[in-house]
Amino acid sequence: MNASPLLSLFGYFALLSLFAVGGANAAIPEMHRIAVEVMQWMTDRQFADSFAIAQVSPGPNIIIVTLIGYHVAGLAGAAVATAAMCGPTCILAFVVARTWDRFKEARWRIAIQSGLVPVSLGLIAASAFVLARSADHNVFAAIITAITALVAYATRINPLWIFAVGGLMGLSGWL
Amino acid sequence: MSASSHAAASSIKRPSLSELFRAFVIVSISGFGGALPWARRMIVDQKRWMTADEFNEAFALSQFLPGPNVVNFSVVFGSRFARAPGAAVALAGLMGPPLIIVTILAILYARFGDIEILSRILSGITAAATGLLIAVVAKMAAPLFRKRWDWAPLIAIAAFVGVAILQWPLPWVFAGLAPISVALAWMKR
Repeated sequence: MNASPLLSLFGYFALLSLFAVGGANAAIPEMHRIAVEVMQWMTDRQFADSFAIAQVSPGPNIIIVTLIGYHVAGLAGAAVATAAMCGPTCILAFVVARTWDRFKEARWRIAIQSGLVPVSLGLIAASAFVLARSADHNVFAAIITAITALVAYATRINPLWIFAVGGLMGLSGWL
Repeated sequence: MSASSHAAASSIKRPSLSELFRAFVIVSISGFGGALPWARRMIVDQKRWMTADEFNEAFALSQFLPGPNVVNFSVVFGSRFARAPGAAVALAGLMGPPLIIVTILAILYARFGDIEILSRILSGITAAATGLLIAVVAKMAAPLFRKRWDWAPLIAIAAFVGVAILQWPLPWVFAGLAPISVALAWMKR
């Protein structure tokens, strides 16, 4: 067991906060790797459940770190994990916001901006992969995932309806 | 209150700190599955604190920075009107209510998470949310694989393989790929 879970929560999420280009969705595989595999804070199932709870909760999806933090170390863990995930990037945002306008047309800025797009695409695709492996443990779950992907790609339906249908399918006992 | 058109966004107003706080509270509690569309509606259409162009510019910055986009956006937006206090107030408005709600859910989950029905419902939601994420990937990938610059798909695939298949730590994959990707984008332009 780790002597100080609060310290590792803070260290991992503060670091992750600075590498998660593409936001919460891009950070899922690294959270999963740390929470389930490296630190063994939670099971695969508990991680997938936390993801689901964060999805159906109002507010930014990054709130999944609050759930992980609570699971590891109660209220203090929830507070530490959330502060670590938001702190470094908020400070960076505050500093950069003041100088940003000056570099609006700068070539390096445009290069960084378009260079990071494929990286975050790959990371978000990895998130989908990691989640599918946790969630789609039988054929029916995989079918729900596939149908949802098609419906969400083709329409602009409110995600809440999608979650409601998914939850009902789960309740019906097919999964 | 009806959402107004873009054309009427000429008279830009300045929010007070308490207006800023309340606006981000509302954005955060109405933003199921991503708060961004709500932020745009509130800031550009209803309150007219920014024009659509200013909003896009501030949001581009928030996406460019690492970490959660809408959290970055609250800081960028708040600091623009009232420096550090503005950033703090907008961030507190955005994160406060979800933090309370999710902490309550975490307590309930710790207590009742083992109940069969609840875990079935959650697996259904996860399966659906995964599909939603696949749709996001498909929408992002479509323009990238169609035109842009030739190396982009390879970089995206390399990032995917490194993180999902080889399960390397994200900072390594990022440190390996981001400089290459940015350099290639630089040379292309």
